[in-house]
Amino acid sequence: MVTGTTLDDYTDRYARRVRGMTTSEIRALFSVASRPEVVSLAGGSPYVAALPLDAVGAMLGELGSVDGTTTLQYGIGQGDPGLRERICEVMTLSGIDVTNGASPDDVVVTVGGQQALDLIARVFIDPGDVVLAEGPSYVGALGVFQAAEADVVHVAMDGDGIIPEALEAAIAAVAAAGKRAKFLYTVPAYQNPAGVTLTNQRRDLLLAICERAGLLVVEDDPYGLLGFDTDPLPALRSRSRDNVIYVSTFSKTFAPGLRVGWILAPHAVREKLVIASEAQILCPSAFAQAAVSAYIEKMPWQQQLKTFRETYRERRDAALSALTDLMPDGTTWTVPAGGFYIWLTLPTGLHSKEMLPRAIAERVAYVPGTGFYADGSGAAHLRLSYCFPAPDRIREGVRRLGTVIEQEVALRSTFGLA
Amino acid sequence: MRVLVLAGGLSYEREVSLRSGRRILDALLSAGVDAAMRDVDASLLPVIDIEAPDAIIIALHGSAGEDGSLQGILELASAPYVGAGARSARLAWDKPSAKAVLGGAGIDTPDWVTLPHERFTELGAKAVLDRVVTRLGLPLMVKPAQGGSGLGATVVRAAADLPAAMVACFAYHSTALVESYIEGADIAVTVVDLGEGPIALPAVEIVARDGVYDYAARYTSGLTTWHTPARLSDGVAAAAAKVALEAHTALGLGDLSRIDMIVAADGTPYVLEASVAPGMTDTSLVPMALSAAGLDLGQTMAVLAERAAARRR
Repeated sequence: MVTGTTLDDYTDRYARRVRGMTTSEIRALFSVASRPEVVSLAGGSPYVAALPLDAVGAMLGELGSVDGTTTLQYGIGQGDPGLRERICEVMTLSGIDVTNGASPDDVVVTVGGQQALDLIARVFIDPGDVVLAEGPSYVGALGVFQAAEADVVHVAMDGDGIIPEALEAAIAAVAAAGKRAKFLYTVPAYQNPAGVTLTNQRRDLLLAICERAGLLVVEDDPYGLLGFDTDPLPALRSRSRDNVIYVSTFSKTFAPGLRVGWILAPHAVREKLVIASEAQILCPSAFAQAAVSAYIEKMPWQQQLKTFRETYRERRDAALSALTDLMPDGTTWTVPAGGFYIWLTLPTGLHSKEMLPRAIAERVAYVPGTGFYADGSGAAHLRLSYCFPAPDRIREGVRRLGTVIEQEVALRSTFGLA
Repeated sequence: MRVLVLAGGLSYEREVSLRSGRRILDALLSAGVDAAMRDVDASLLPVIDIEAPDAIIIALHGSAGEDGSLQGILELASAPYVGAGARSARLAWDKPSAKAVLGGAGIDTPDWVTLPHERFTELGAKAVLDRVVTRLGLPLMVKPAQGGSGLGATVVRAAADLPAAMVACFAYHSTALVESYIEGADIAVTVVDLGEGPIALPAVEIVARDGVYDYAARYTSGLTTWHTPARLSDGVAAAAAKVALEAHTALGLGDLSRIDMIVAADGTPYVLEASVAPGMTDTSLVPMALSAAGLDLGQTMAVLAERAAARRR
């Protein structure tokens, strides 16, 4: 008897959008990166060990023992009103306040920033719609847009963020193709993965360009409060009440394990987001929301922000000084003024994805640049995260990476591929 | 009997290994065997000393479990384990060495050349690659001399693509094996010895949807069609089984191995490589072969563990 099986009886029944989902060798390589022998400059995990864990633990315990009848119960779809008040307090640090129309009524609490992006995609994107995004852009957002079957068009950046002329050209090119972009997705502060920040002047230009083109702006701001050298630049949302949908999260400023983020949206959009969120998750976790509320109300969270900034600044400095000392000629990188990431450009001809196995063999991990472009370009770049390892480990990781790059340059040169 | 399954390890196939280990563990537990699973780290040898498992099953893929070093260390620790001994594992792990032994035993294997990357630096890449193409022809299979799961392997159909394939291969290992690529049916034959000498189980035939049995095709359900038994005539199937047993014996393997072959259009089976710690995931070939032979994975592994334990006694 001859039998054939694909070990998947559902192949013909999957939705079109999941057909491209496959296991990848990158995942195989990253499974090694989690081992302690490897210096991982790959993941963007916040350094939660810097939190006062005893005090946070006691606070969480009380939420169960004292307030359990509410914190363990369902909540409302839009999110706890008290937390939405606290979120408005936090946003004042980014210049978003009552003077530009910020109201707890227009805040939707989400399961981290990721659900926020997914909700926005559900509300705005039909299959084939265009989304503009920085090139490179946050890989998690690209995944959301891909799942929504959007066509992502990247807009070039330089050290000052999105290039206004490139944005205008992209809008024109989309229009010339008979399409209309639904929104511009941007991480203007300490961008993931590039580490660059949109300058003050360009913020006004960008908003003006988008308004003229009738293009919404989705401002994703997870890192805005983690600047090292200056106060945060006023968010795009602080300058435009009706044309910006603002997304942020407590994942980088408190704890990603709680999965609490939010959207501040124009009133009409907020209605749609709440209904979409109720259909998706019914309501965000009451316990997690209560934890964030209690943290903001009872603990010195602004002092903790300062601690985080100092920790990450020290690590950023360690990474930059190691790069300066140890990287071979032809390698360049961005200099972030905040956040978690450095975007590194390899010597000509090198391919960050193809080089990754060699890096893992040398016990250092990074994220290849290809993950940050919808079309898989970006092979000449890679993302380094300095947020989690201690400074001496960062230096060791950069040393190993330098060796790998040197070997790769020599190898490609041998084969005439440099 | 208490069995310890080793999985994980520090190799590119760590994730696959963890899936293999979990599958073996579940199968053993279902078969009523007292079993546990653990990773390989600094606590392993003390744990073996204290817990003294009756047998160890190595579900570590890649160098962590297949290059013979772990087997050698377990021998030093007098810990009984399932599978090939240290020396045979080492031989099978290094593909060029294994091919040399197979060739010496009269077993067909595709024509090949072994190329450490230093040779290219010394002799010039173009000069070497030109001769490779002249001698072996096209298409070629370029793969790391050591390693599995298709990582770093490329089929090269045009000479101009050879340099890039070499670089991709050297990302995984410093020595490349370049073989003539034989068009034919990809099959894998599992060899198992349950106490009465090695037997070959029904061959599994692999048909990758996109023609390339790469990492994604191996481990993503739906991307590959497996035919068990392989769609071979009785005569060719018998020849493949015979060759698999010969290869298993020539390499000195024991308990369980998987012999990967390609059956050319004329029905000749060519051995590509042998695995001493073959994959045991949901999409792996050995469990399919066991199932086709009417053997239960848990009971089979239990018998192999009993045999390993008995070897110590």
